[in-house]
Amino acid sequence: MNAFPTTDPLLQVHNVTRYYGDRIGCADVSFDLWPGEVLAIVGESGSGKTTLLNCLSTRLAPTAGAIEYRMRDGTMRNLYQLTEAERRLLMRTDWGFVHQNAAEGLRMNVSAGANVGERLMAVGERHYGNIRSTADDWMGRVEIDSDRIDDDPRSFSGGMRQRLQIARNLVTRPRLVFMDEPTGGLDVSVQARLLDLLRRLVADLGLSVVIVTHDLAVARLLSHRIMVMRHGNVIESGLTDQVLDDPREPYTQLLVSSILQV
Amino acid sequence: MNDTAQIFEQGEYNFAYLDEQTKRMIRRAILKGIAIPGYQVPFASREMPMPYGWGTGGVQVTAAILGKDDCLKMIDQGSDDTTNAVSLRGFFEKTAGVRTTFETSEASVIQTRHRIPEKTLREDQIIVFQVPIPEPLRFLEPRETETRKMHALEDYGLMHVKLYEDIAKNGHIATTYAYPVKVNDRYVMDPSPTPKFDNPKIDQMAALQLYGAGREKRIYAIPPYTKVKSLDFEDYPFEVQKFDKPCGLCGAENVYLDEVILDDKGGRMFVCSDSDYCEERRADGHLGPMAADPAAHQFGATQAEETAR
Repeated sequence: MNAFPTTDPLLQVHNVTRYYGDRIGCADVSFDLWPGEVLAIVGESGSGKTTLLNCLSTRLAPTAGAIEYRMRDGTMRNLYQLTEAERRLLMRTDWGFVHQNAAEGLRMNVSAGANVGERLMAVGERHYGNIRSTADDWMGRVEIDSDRIDDDPRSFSGGMRQRLQIARNLVTRPRLVFMDEPTGGLDVSVQARLLDLLRRLVADLGLSVVIVTHDLAVARLLSHRIMVMRHGNVIESGLTDQVLDDPREPYTQLLVSSILQV
Repeated sequence: MNDTAQIFEQGEYNFAYLDEQTKRMIRRAILKGIAIPGYQVPFASREMPMPYGWGTGGVQVTAAILGKDDCLKMIDQGSDDTTNAVSLRGFFEKTAGVRTTFETSEASVIQTRHRIPEKTLREDQIIVFQVPIPEPLRFLEPRETETRKMHALEDYGLMHVKLYEDIAKNGHIATTYAYPVKVNDRYVMDPSPTPKFDNPKIDQMAALQLYGAGREKRIYAIPPYTKVKSLDFEDYPFEVQKFDKPCGLCGAENVYLDEVILDDKGGRMFVCSDSDYCEERRADGHLGPMAADPAAHQFGATQAEETAR
């Protein structure tokens, strides 16, 4: 599949390793991510997927290895050599991070509109009317009614909170979004709707996404490529359909065969 | 500052209560604060012989800058004769023995809680503010480690989130006191709980402004003639409170007024919050709509004398 004609990768990961004392969080992970590509990291709990995601998103410094990112000006920069100010700017403009628990990614005590508008204000937008209409527009895109714009996320359902979190992240048109189990904790019909929405947004905006999930169905629906992790190591990777239809490693075979069938 | 050091007898206070080493430490913090306008300088705040919330920060700052020739004015909510002002003035009269005054123009050091005098301050005056919560981002971001980082990186988007919320909920910026300002195009600062009416006075003020927060152990400062801008939106510019009536006693307009309840039938009046300013105007013959006629005043005085007899 050569759906990504762009030649330069957006993110390059070289031998990223993270130890927690003597224990391994994740070991020797390397991969490239191209613009517009969705990469799923799957595996059971404790397999190191979240550790890897945190290392990639500069939330947790790796013990060894390097992560390079192509900035908007086209230069490749090592993420852990950016200044704190550059890193923060990156995180609130060019990146997004969708948490499993929406309460972690939202400000629960300010209105939905302010939640969406925060990034705009952080990068210097000072016109209330513009901020509000942009927030309104984004709420529409994630299928939240306009009349909820002044309500606290506390009064939102789980699915709405998750969608609001997505809008809040996408408002600055990021190029790379990290997602940590975005559909975890939602009931099945809400999950389906959210996945649908995510798939559409990712395609429309040409986002690159690194998504961590233990749900193979989510990986199948959203991702182009998949990495299977176990005990901190990547044991198998490849195109999603290929890996899921024809798993090579015994562990991956076990994962695929343990999906519940109704 | 040897002029405040002294050899004192047992049981006597050092000049202005604090020992000289403590004053030195506070002066250092003040100097740093002046060098970086609006930056909150940590200092080793001392226990003072009064509860937190009474202005222990302001008192320490005043004690550190006071000299023997200074003339001190104490303001509490604009007034010189309410509890806080009376107590703190008494404190310095006892421990420093400096001259005190009610008159703004006569004072060289003015310590205040909540108000800036209506009369324009001069270059040879210093105004000391008592600050309860120095961190303007506190209620938006409770982590001190995070807010410090936000100041360091000038990451102030959150401050506008608060103003956005105000407009979304009330249709206008409803913050009326502790209105956030940006000092010298760099640090966002909380001008202590002064009403936003006083914010324009902070901008390019001739006098040195010192802010002390005792419980929070922070000192910050604005040097004379520094740019101080109140935060706002392009389509919702900063505005100060407006009063539709003049002061009931002295008839002053464009001053900050306090509401005084007169009875339980809805009677009320609005009077100058700055009591010294109001008295001076009345002494100059200005009369408001609710002021007693001078003749009636004299009549009242004679009556009282007679009753006393």
